[in-house]
Amino acid sequence: MAMTREGKTYIVSAIVEHKPGVLYSVSNMFRRRGFNIETITVGASEQKDLARLTVTIKGDERMVEQVVKQLQKLIDVVKVSILDPESTVTRELALVKISTLDTKVRSDVINYTEIFKGHVVDVAHDSLVVEITGDSDKINAFIELMKPFGLKEVARTGITALSRGMRSARME
Amino acid sequence: MVKMTGAKALIESLKRQKVEVVFGIPGGAVLPIYDVLYDSDMKHILMRHEQCAAHASDGYARASGKVGVCMATSGPGATNLVTGIANAYMDSSPIVALTGNVPRAFIGKDAFQETDIVGVTTPITKCNFQIKNAKEISKIVNTAFYVASTGRPGPVLIDLPKDTQTEVDDIEFDDGISLRGYKPNIEPHPLQIDKAVKLLVQAEKPVVIAGGGVITSRASQELLALAELLIAPIATTLMGKGSIPENHPLSLGMLGMHGTITANKIVPEADVLLAVGTRFSDRSTGKVETFCRDAKIIHIDIDAAEVGKNIRPHVPIVADAKLALKAIYDRLIKSFNKKERSLWMKRIQEQKKQQAEMENKDGMTPPHLLVELRKILPQDAIITTEVGQNQMWSALYLKTYKPRTFISSGGLGTMGFGFPASLGAKVACPDVPVLDIAGDGSFIMTEQDLATSVSWKIPVTVIVLNNSVLGMVAQWQRMFYNRRYSAIDLGKIPDFVKLAEAYGAQGIRVGSPEEFVKAVKMAMKSEVTTVIDVPISSEQNVFPMVPPGAEIDKIMIG
Ligand SMILES: Cc1ncc(C[n+]2csc(CCOP(=O)(O)OP(=O)(O)O)c2C)c(N)n1
Ligand SMILES: [Mg+2]
Repeated sequence: MAMTREGKTYIVSAIVEHKPGVLYSVSNMFRRRGFNIETITVGASEQKDLARLTVTIKGDERMVEQVVKQLQKLIDVVKVSILDPESTVTRELALVKISTLDTKVRSDVINYTEIFKGHVVDVAHDSLVVEITGDSDKINAFIELMKPFGLKEVARTGITALSRGMRSARME
Repeated sequence: MVKMTGAKALIESLKRQKVEVVFGIPGGAVLPIYDVLYDSDMKHILMRHEQCAAHASDGYARASGKVGVCMATSGPGATNLVTGIANAYMDSSPIVALTGNVPRAFIGKDAFQETDIVGVTTPITKCNFQIKNAKEISKIVNTAFYVASTGRPGPVLIDLPKDTQTEVDDIEFDDGISLRGYKPNIEPHPLQIDKAVKLLVQAEKPVVIAGGGVITSRASQELLALAELLIAPIATTLMGKGSIPENHPLSLGMLGMHGTITANKIVPEADVLLAVGTRFSDRSTGKVETFCRDAKIIHIDIDAAEVGKNIRPHVPIVADAKLALKAIYDRLIKSFNKKERSLWMKRIQEQKKQQAEMENKDGMTPPHLLVELRKILPQDAIITTEVGQNQMWSALYLKTYKPRTFISSGGLGTMGFGFPASLGAKVACPDVPVLDIAGDGSFIMTEQDLATSVSWKIPVTVIVLNNSVLGMVAQWQRMFYNRRYSAIDLGKIPDFVKLAEAYGAQGIRVGSPEEFVKAVKMAMKSEVTTVIDVPISSEQNVFPMVPPGAEIDKIMIG
């Protein structure tokens, strides 16, 4: 894609109409303008018929300004804000499958999972699935730790975010 | 509430939007709608190609300021509209395109003549809709017209699966719309107006750039009043041509790649630049990195996304042009002591004089013919153009005096636009002469709608500046590719006089400027469309020209 993946990471939070085609028009706009999506998550919000879309992108201030304006221009996008990392809670969830052929590995993995405040959500005779939640750094760190054990599969949700305190990206 | 079919609800909704005419072509997926049209008083003009239906609705919209409407069947009918929709999108023209589609149960099954036209047109419409049931048609039509015509105007598409057209339901025509995510910001922010006023008061060499937004927001008077107060000369973009009378002493003509020498020399000398309703396209700015580098820039546009996209202004004003210009004017008129600008005005007059001396206009050359043409046209005559040299010659040499009288495909540069657009313009303004300045290559692309113009008695004049080549391509090959002419020769095909006659139109070939003037006079009186074939040299270049990527004042003149 056109843009380089350099620069700061920005979290863009948008309230959008919760109906078919909206994700298409949003992602199509990103593709069309050459903005690189790092992660994108979308799900119901607290408001009826509205969904919250969280996009992280890397770039400079000028690019992010364009992203926000181009998003706002889409008819089905109701509100857009850039979340300040200082005052934002961000979370990502990952499911990590590790092959645990011997019991030593198995107990090590379970120990690490506890340290990372994760959960073992599936146990088979030769593998475990761990659920881990946190900011992206924490998840990266956990995955790095699992590599020597025999990391089999990783599924990550991408970042979702809310501003702290009473600040809000609600639709007024 | 009234029981009726979706098709009937559609036509009733269009009537409630005061639609006078629909340009279209029927087909399987819109049969129920055409059945309603059979005994409706809604005027439908049968075109000969859906691209022309879209361009005609666009020309109608640009000439009248109202929303144009076009219609096509599913699949190929819908995809044939695409060029016209993209064209309207690039030039911010308000049209509503209606397409039929396969019945709801067949959508997504690749049924016969099914195209995902909503998917296809997502990036080239302001928004689009697929109808889910007959009940919602009225509200969606209202919404479509509202979105198309407000803020920065543009095309909206409504796709109607066939069975939503036949479905009978209780239909309610409330005029409401529901759009949480669309609130065009039209009032200027007072703080930004303050900043703009401050800059303009201090300016020594102010310049205005007027784009199509000035015409859209009907801000010509406000713009002229402000420019006269400031004694600021005005350059227009191609889309802004007509926003001010080009015989006004402050008019510099068009800016950009094929701009006038005066505009391209004066604009870079500005210390304060007031850009209104323009998106700083590459064709207007030349090398954008250095464009007006030393000027303080005030940018007024209703589309926030255009402000800061290509040029970062010192004072961004996201607002309707008319309101913003008026706000600036009202502030200035109180405090501003008219400045002595004798030096600045002298500089501009000098530049204009220099330009006049360099222009040599005689013989069977487009500059000469267009100057002669202007002399015999009423001020409110509407000119459309095709694309290529014909377009740039028209922009440079055919002075325009009124908004909405110069209609050209700016952003997309669509060959074949001018002729169907002229038909739409003539339908909108039947009492003024409408002329399409064409190239031979462009006219061939949509010439079949001569049939529409003859059978519907929509008389326009097509002036084919016939150089027997794809002239603009030839010019670039001549200038930048060592005269290696590749695929530009059109020969003397077709014989445009015979072509016109074959459609029942009038065809005239002219051999001298005098014959040309005579033919145009005859054409404007004719009750049938006239094609005037004007053979010209294939070697002529359009000058002045700024090579692509160069700074705007690096002008080549021959
Ligand atoms: C639909 C379309 N196809 C191709 C082009 C590329 N193009 C730009 S100008 C031009 C030549 C136009 O020829 P003609 O209509 O004869 O005009 P002239 O330049 O000779 O006045 C071409 C092919 C275009 N702008 N639009
Ligand atoms: Mg030609």
